[in-house]
Amino acid sequence: MSIIVKDLTHIYMEGTPFQSTALKNVSFEIKQGEFVGLIGHTGSGKSTLIQHLNGLLKPTKGQIIVNGLDLSAKSTDLKKIRQKVGLVFQYPEHQLFEENVYREVAFGPRNMGLDEKEVDRRVKKALAMVKLNQKELYDRSPFSLSGGQMRRLAIAGVLAMEPEILILDEPTAGLDPRARDEILQEIKDLHDKLNITVILVSHSMEDIARLVDKLIVMHRGQVALQGTAREVFSQPEILKKIGLDVPQVTELMHKLKERGLKVRTDVLTVEESKQEILKALRGNDHD
Amino acid sequence: MIVTEKLCHHYNRGTDNEVLALKGINISIKKGEFVAILGHNGSGKSTLAKHFNCLLLPSSGVVYVKNMNTADEDNLWNLRQTVGMVFQNPDNQLVATIVEEDVAFGPENLGIEPKKIRQRVDEALKAVGMEEFSKHAPHLLSGGQKQRVAIAGVLAMEPECIVLDEPTAMLDPAGRKEVMRTIKKLNREKGITVVHITHFMDEAVEADRIIVMEAGKVVMEGTPAEVFSQVEKLKAIGLDVPQVTELAYLLRKEGVDIEPNILTIEEMVMKLCP
Repeated sequence: MSIIVKDLTHIYMEGTPFQSTALKNVSFEIKQGEFVGLIGHTGSGKSTLIQHLNGLLKPTKGQIIVNGLDLSAKSTDLKKIRQKVGLVFQYPEHQLFEENVYREVAFGPRNMGLDEKEVDRRVKKALAMVKLNQKELYDRSPFSLSGGQMRRLAIAGVLAMEPEILILDEPTAGLDPRARDEILQEIKDLHDKLNITVILVSHSMEDIARLVDKLIVMHRGQVALQGTAREVFSQPEILKKIGLDVPQVTELMHKLKERGLKVRTDVLTVEESKQEILKALRGNDHD
Repeated sequence: MIVTEKLCHHYNRGTDNEVLALKGINISIKKGEFVAILGHNGSGKSTLAKHFNCLLLPSSGVVYVKNMNTADEDNLWNLRQTVGMVFQNPDNQLVATIVEEDVAFGPENLGIEPKKIRQRVDEALKAVGMEEFSKHAPHLLSGGQKQRVAIAGVLAMEPECIVLDEPTAMLDPAGRKEVMRTIKKLNREKGITVVHITHFMDEAVEADRIIVMEAGKVVMEGTPAEVFSQVEKLKAIGLDVPQVTELAYLLRKEGVDIEPNILTIEEMVMKLCP
């Protein structure tokens, strides 16, 4: 499923003294199957933006077109769109409420009016995708799980709706490094196996750099930069100006280059920077 | 300042769900030190921290804070005043509807006279850089600001040690930097002993000493350079190392002459392009 956002503006509480413009002329396009990172400061409009993508918020101005359907058109069935565009909020474990793990995941599909056989298939598949498919977990209370497990259960609840676009708002906030790596790997597997479109909101430039195809940088309600991760992170001055970091190794390459070492600066991972530094050092040996 | 001897802690002792969360911890934290505790969830970090101000008592072994045994009930009030705690979620720690009243909550409960409370609140808010917000409502502040108010609330009790249990986990990068700057300043300028529990390695790099916990035990201890240079060991227990430290480790394996204890970009640049 593709998403086209055209000239999107959103003003909160328009016409009151509390009026504030959260999004201003935002335009971009996301193609079917892309893995897109969305970064920006708190207050830059990221959350407002993603809430438009499944019709939770309506644009003050502009258009959102999901798979050819204009979300603001009266004829568009938003319920259908919401089943196709799965949104995982920040700290989604706060939304758990059912009495056991199985029922928690079954809640969405049941509300879609699916028969029990299909619900069962989806629940098991979704739990398997987040690696919570051990039978003995089915009857456990969601609240007896660990933090990382609760987070994955909440994600399974969205996956059981079988969305074609999955949007995750800081899915690893507050988790320890191991749980973070597990969840990110599961998201990457989902993307690769199911060929769904994924939009990942994150504050971790290191994670973004190694996962995404494309990056959208928000600043004060506008798109400040967009492009491949390489293109975006090769502009550290602009990112710094809006208060964002680049991955540590990317910054290192820029500094090494300033000092005269002949290295590429569009490096995103530790492994790449190792190769690049070795090449530069060994190249110098032959001079 | 804090000494633990063979500290063990059982949760749900005598039931089917009995868990041994701490398995004989021997550590000592000096006055004025800045110590970071690393380890993933379930490793016992928070259980350990809660022993420092008597929120938990040892199942066996002893904890001394300023030579006071935490298991002695007569020391309780004194200890709670000596060691203040700040937790992960800023929204769960603020009790009042106005910032300065929130900060005053602690000293009021200590029965301090109103004039002195005023003075302590003003000083505490100034120390965390929130004096301008003294009349604001806490729920309208950003996450980083809320955590700084929570820290001010602890400061107003004039503790000698502050224990922070993942205070930055729920904050954005700007909020994290604000809180880290505040903690460091309190440590350097006021000499307050800091125990900082975190998952962020860039924060741990700033500490004087790092203690790494795994499955209820202390598995590593040392300066940031000493601990982080053991890249393989840290990765094996599921923890991160700073990207440049990992890079130095990999380059060294390739035969590049570089020390494994590099922690910052600047150090790396100086090594490669002296």
